[in-house]
Amino acid sequence: MSINSEYKPKIVAFCCNWCSYAGADLAGSNRLAYPENVKIIRVPCSCRVNPMFILRAFQRGADGVILCGCHPGDCHYTSGNYYTRRRMALLFSMLEYLGIEKERTRVEWVSAAEGAKFAATMNDFTQTVAALGENKRLEDLRCKR
Amino acid sequence: MQKITRENLINKAIELLDNGTVSRVLGWKIGEFAYDVTPAVFTTKEDLQKDFIFDDFCNANFSKYLIAETRKAEEKVLVFLKPCDTYSFNQLLTEHRFSREKVYAVGIPCEGMLDIGKIKALAGEGIIDVIPGEGSITVKNLYEEEKTLAYGDVLTERCLSCKSKKHVVYDELMGEEGDVIDSNRFDEVEKIEKMSADERFAFWQSQLSKCIRCNACRDICPACTCEKCVFDNPKSSVNNKAISDSFEEKMFHIIRAFHVAGRCTDCGECSRVCPQGIPLHLLNRKFIKDINSFYGDYQAGQEEGSRAPLINYTFDDLEPGEAVGRGV
Repeated sequence: MSINSEYKPKIVAFCCNWCSYAGADLAGSNRLAYPENVKIIRVPCSCRVNPMFILRAFQRGADGVILCGCHPGDCHYTSGNYYTRRRMALLFSMLEYLGIEKERTRVEWVSAAEGAKFAATMNDFTQTVAALGENKRLEDLRCKR
Repeated sequence: MQKITRENLINKAIELLDNGTVSRVLGWKIGEFAYDVTPAVFTTKEDLQKDFIFDDFCNANFSKYLIAETRKAEEKVLVFLKPCDTYSFNQLLTEHRFSREKVYAVGIPCEGMLDIGKIKALAGEGIIDVIPGEGSITVKNLYEEEKTLAYGDVLTERCLSCKSKKHVVYDELMGEEGDVIDSNRFDEVEKIEKMSADERFAFWQSQLSKCIRCNACRDICPACTCEKCVFDNPKSSVNNKAISDSFEEKMFHIIRAFHVAGRCTDCGECSRVCPQGIPLHLLNRKFIKDINSFYGDYQAGQEEGSRAPLINYTFDDLEPGEAVGRGV
């Protein structure tokens, strides 16, 4: 456990502009702490996230990737997150089929009013990934400095 | 042994060329050896009689060739379609990849095609002729030896788990109409799903590290029809080249399979053309199996105009977290 408590996993969080990014903002203005190793990437909608983005993040050294979007039904573009839900279900299932730990990927619906949920989700996800350790299976040695 | 003969098909092609229905014929051409049949376009009777072939090695699915061929002239193109090819044909029509009016599709029955790799493994190298018979084939080699092999031992993988003998689309059908088969095509996927995560990773690592990034699987795939492919992007900053101990191949193959998820008809061309013998169809089948179990049974290409599962949704779909490992 001593290794894991010092080890800080690299987490990439794709957040949709309309809900989750605002949720992260709210977490900040409410002074709710979440790990600094979560790197947020703002996307117009959760369905902007192509499976390639997630794989590229892993390839370049991320240890966990989380995708946050509006709750189903609340999408700014009406239906974007429904497509995301289907795509990610298939992608995550495929990653598991290839022997990659399923805990490294997650989809969470966070609204603009859920600053507390955002912070709690990030804390929980970071802990889960930290327990798994470094991502060895999806990394690309050429991308390491 | 195929029920329909080369002569039947040549006569049909000549008839259609003569009466002006079509100006070109997409067919199989005899190669250097009996078993290396290649796709070709025929425009004259003489060429057809000289080079056209139909035997147990006519594996190629012509659906994708129609995209380029129908653009070349005003007249129709004659295409011979085996039952599994008609699914790809329908799927391409659904995606408006070619014009239906410019194709004259003749459905032909298929008794299963042979895998030369398997024949070579059983009969050795130096094969000069393969003579089909009832339930078995006779292989002749350079050293004047003969060997008889059972049909079931040398059928391609995809034909062993054939999903349908029924033509879903055609202008004219030669021979008898078959039926959809209750196949065991997901058995292999289930076998992998039952392994532990480490075993699965080791399995795919050993398979995918064989990849030489020749892109044959992408180029042959009737569902991969983008004019420009993401993998041809020179600015992707990671070279799209083979590197056996890294993630590059896995990413290529996940994305390749993902891009055709919901549109893949499971024709098995990807695995057939792979020079390294990687079972690529197992990735596509995993997606098909998941789609069937998450969103209800769906067979791409069965019905023209049907909506692929990934461009569709319902309000109460499964959450991605629940979906993982659900099939196991």
